Amino acid sequence: MTAAMPNFLPVAPEIFVFSMACVILLVDLFLSDARRGVTYLLTQLTLIGAAVLTVKGMSAAAVMTFNGMFVGDALANVLKLAIYGVTFFGFAYSRDYLRERGMYRGEYFVLGLFGVVGMMVMASASHFLTLYLGLELLSLCVYAMVALQRDSGQSTEAAMKYFVLGAMASGLLLYGMSMLYGMTGSLEISAVRKAIEGLSADNVILVFGLVFVVVGIAFKLGAVPFHMWVPDVYHGAPTAVTVYLGTAPKLAAFALVMRLLVGGLEGLAVSWQSMLIILAILSMAAGNVIAIAQDNIKRMLAYSSISHMGFFLLGIVSVSQNGYSSALFYVVVYAVMSLGAFGMVILLSRAGFEAERLDDFKGLNQRSPWHAFLMLLVMISMAGVPPTFGFYAKLLVIQSVINAGMIWLAIVAVLLAVIGAFYYLRVIKLMYFDDADDKAPLGGPADVRVLMGINALALVLLIPWVGVLMEVCRAAIRALAVA
Amino acid sequence: MVPLSHYLILGAILFALSVVGIFLNRKNLVVLLMAIELMLLAVNMNFVAFAHFLGDLGGQVFVFFILTVAAAESAIGLAILVVVFRNRRSINVEDLDSLKG
Repeated sequence: MTAAMPNFLPVAPEIFVFSMACVILLVDLFLSDARRGVTYLLTQLTLIGAAVLTVKGMSAAAVMTFNGMFVGDALANVLKLAIYGVTFFGFAYSRDYLRERGMYRGEYFVLGLFGVVGMMVMASASHFLTLYLGLELLSLCVYAMVALQRDSGQSTEAAMKYFVLGAMASGLLLYGMSMLYGMTGSLEISAVRKAIEGLSADNVILVFGLVFVVVGIAFKLGAVPFHMWVPDVYHGAPTAVTVYLGTAPKLAAFALVMRLLVGGLEGLAVSWQSMLIILAILSMAAGNVIAIAQDNIKRMLAYSSISHMGFFLLGIVSVSQNGYSSALFYVVVYAVMSLGAFGMVILLSRAGFEAERLDDFKGLNQRSPWHAFLMLLVMISMAGVPPTFGFYAKLLVIQSVINAGMIWLAIVAVLLAVIGAFYYLRVIKLMYFDDADDKAPLGGPADVRVLMGINALALVLLIPWVGVLMEVCRAAIRALAVA
Repeated sequence: MVPLSHYLILGAILFALSVVGIFLNRKNLVVLLMAIELMLLAVNMNFVAFAHFLGDLGGQVFVFFILTVAAAESAIGLAILVVVFRNRRSINVEDLDSLKG
């Protein structure tokens, strides 16, 4: 038996990021603290290089390689490009925050890049093994990043909680996978799909496995009732890490849902649809209501992330091409909004001071009208006020739910979105109508200010191209259906 | 010959034990880490049993990967445990309660 050489072309971006992460790890060893900027630059160049490789390697048809373990298709490309983008901005926002807190070392960037490799592998997985390995590579990096501030009780406590619940979620997911493997006799997602077509939809073991898989995914997404870790981790982690783990991993979680539930288990859609409806309603309700009671902005954004995950599940629940593509659109828009919100929290923080209370946003308009305006855009976009991307994202998922004939679900979603608008508007009220406790003007390096501006303005100024972006999402989802 | 169902029941018992260990244990973080390892071993039991009865090697190869990842996972878990202990001088689960809201 001879092993054929696999086609390395579709994997080129992964190999590149992985090798560069190893190089950066070594280079960083020989740098003095004053020249740490080299590590940062190399990291950002790696992300740009990976984006170039991904764009160059794009092909119309899906390419399978490594014996059907890895697939390069439009969905993977769109997700990877979005992951590079939000990570690039996240690293830029984090740089000064890390420097002021003595964490400006190679570890943050190297772990971040390895996490990016994990997410890329998840986005391209077409086999249970690659999906699992990508997920674990991401999770292990993030556990370590949360604990990066070693002498902080909060940060290490958050890391411990995240570790225990995250490891348990992986265990549940694997247990579900083992059941699916036993029933279908294959670990390859497309083969699992075919095998399920031949089995009855109420096969007990199959549904048993499905339940475990859905619970595992819900843990990773942070959907209620499996959300306990989200607020604690967002709050306890250093903000530079929160900005990383609150954005790109959501895109990877979308890949997990698409590859596993839609790609592999669409034959069981009747079963998982009802489970996801419950998760979606609970997440939107609990997320939006509990967020009102928060006085810490990181916790508030954590609950807001829970409610946004509920909205994104609405797109999946409609079990249609249209629904999946609106879910993809939603999750990308959410990643950009959440990047802007956490970026602003970082920008307001300075050495020895964490701007994590809502009160720290008081009178931001007096201190810096420009930043207050950017935060206003991010907040109204999260609330779903037109004419922002947040509005279109909500509109599209709700439309897909209505098209699927679940009008009651659409009504519930809209009502809960209105409740959610309260706490976003409260931030705006604090910024514009209250007096600042601390009148110091805002600092922040020029490049970060520019990136922050691009980040927030993109939520409004790109609106004329919303149709183009939606078409990209549709094409990505169509590619999945063909493969 | 031991039938497949026996292996699956053993796997389910191990899995249930580990879940109980995670949720009922209120004393010691090390026991929590052990429960997580047990959970992965329960999954391995399932995979090996299925792989044997299906006559497919894929499941057994998967087990090697799970074992390797589990080792990496416990390394990170123990590292976090050490920093938690340094900060709090305690590995009691109930002491992990500073984050609330």
